Amino acid sequence: MDMKIINLDHLSANPLLPEVQDAMIEAIRENHGNPSSQHRMGERAFESLSNARKSVAKLVNSPTPEEIVFTAGGTESINHAVKGVALSQSKKGKHIVTSNIEHSAVLRSIKRLNMVGYKVTSVPVDESGRVNPEDIAKAITDETILVSVMHSNNEIGTIQPIEEIARITKEKKVIFHSDAVASVGVVPIDVQKLGVDLLSFASNNFYGPAGVGGLYIRKGTPVWPLLEGGVQESNKRAGTENLIGIIGTGVAADLAYRDMESRIAHVSKIKDRLLRELPNYIDDYFINGHPEHTLPNMVSVSIQYIEGESVVLMLDDEGIAVSTRSACAAGSLRASHVLLSVGRDYADAQGTMVLTFGTDNEEEDVIRFLSSLKDAVTTLRKISPLYNEVEK
Amino acid sequence: MYSKTVMDHFRNPRNVGVIDDAEGMGEVGNPLCGDMMTIYLKIRDEKIEDIKFQTFGCGAAIAVSSILTEMVKGKSIEEAKKVTNKDVAEALEGLPKNKLHCSNLGADALHVAIRDYEDKKAGKKKPELKRKEQHEHAHGDKCHCPYCDSEIVEGATFCKSCQSEVEVQH
Repeated sequence: MDMKIINLDHLSANPLLPEVQDAMIEAIRENHGNPSSQHRMGERAFESLSNARKSVAKLVNSPTPEEIVFTAGGTESINHAVKGVALSQSKKGKHIVTSNIEHSAVLRSIKRLNMVGYKVTSVPVDESGRVNPEDIAKAITDETILVSVMHSNNEIGTIQPIEEIARITKEKKVIFHSDAVASVGVVPIDVQKLGVDLLSFASNNFYGPAGVGGLYIRKGTPVWPLLEGGVQESNKRAGTENLIGIIGTGVAADLAYRDMESRIAHVSKIKDRLLRELPNYIDDYFINGHPEHTLPNMVSVSIQYIEGESVVLMLDDEGIAVSTRSACAAGSLRASHVLLSVGRDYADAQGTMVLTFGTDNEEEDVIRFLSSLKDAVTTLRKISPLYNEVEK
Repeated sequence: MYSKTVMDHFRNPRNVGVIDDAEGMGEVGNPLCGDMMTIYLKIRDEKIEDIKFQTFGCGAAIAVSSILTEMVKGKSIEEAKKVTNKDVAEALEGLPKNKLHCSNLGADALHVAIRDYEDKKAGKKKPELKRKEQHEHAHGDKCHCPYCDSEIVEGATFCKSCQSEVEVQH
């Protein structure tokens, strides 16, 4: 059976671009050395590492490449930022301000700190998923050492007013971290314009390899390392570098920088088409997130009276990959905290799908997806007692 | 993730629907938990002549409902009462651990429906709340942490193994 798989789940699984693959395969074949070695092989490795760092620095407009620290992914970057600041500032204060819709890497890092005595204030979001910067200002006390608010949300795509929050943190002299994993490489990110002190990102979100990420640390920001050991990454992150992955990341960053505009235009066209056509195929749904301050490659839709995992399985039979943040599929018993925070009820939160588009999608994919979706929704509503009650 | 039998029942669910003049009806679960199930019974001579279901839930929940209806259709009330959630999971060739708690509600819904039938027969007035009964745990049913898969003690809000907070609806 030769069926073209339509990937509408790029956030979970971005393909490696051919140029990235080539660079990584070449690096494997050439037997790159260890950037810390003092011999010739080490020197060449160090050069590759520096080049990749420059590429990534350019992508986020970091003024000096040394402000970029390579990590083993977005999760490590976030843990590093949150715990690293909290630990280094524990004598100054033990209060952290965050938002209700952060990624679990932020939430659970903060929760862990909470277990050892740190206090947390989590500010709510409006129904579009946006934080009001005023709420951040009000939450900051003399004890506050860190504000962590994500750049864009990984479930609903809402982009936060980061610049405004940064103005507040700067004025109040509090360190500001932003989890930009869903944004870097997808939309233009300029750490200088944003005014953040720390910014987390991941390579696999811009067609680089999984297992590589980065943390922008503004010069002079006090952050303790998460991993202690050698003196790699300017003493900020110990452990022999994942050079092959980092080389791939550098190439992916170059391509993301070069193709940013055309990629945005491409996924926006697909997103617009989907939103325009959706009402012709199904009814009783909500589009989650903000209409303007939103990622161009993401649509979150809550379909009423049915559960998301069932839709995922049915679409999978049709060769279409989508994702759900519903409790069951995420392996958790809970409905998504993000969807509950923007006002969805439990049942609607369970019926939510997250679609993320990429360079390999075509506009026609939208139509094939929608007609399969319509069939799945019709079948599942026939089975659903909730729909039965509505019909009555 | 799912066995062949689960996928078969999910793709082609048996006995979907509503019986308008059902002698017994049982509804368990709630959207909070992620799964809801309603069972309708048509009873003749103390035998389940017909059974239909409706389910809001994941693939496992739909498969559980479907295979349950096959297991008890034509059986006597007394036989049907003996069917447990464990029997249903075994008939499906197993379910993922994290689905055993919330999604495996079939036997519970069936038992509520049978009690509904028996109450009606005995002339008991059915309080509206009764059919909304929560998922009952058979003794020895185990819950598992959604994060680390370790067993969680009933009523615990914290996983002892990985220290995650767990919200389990009991």
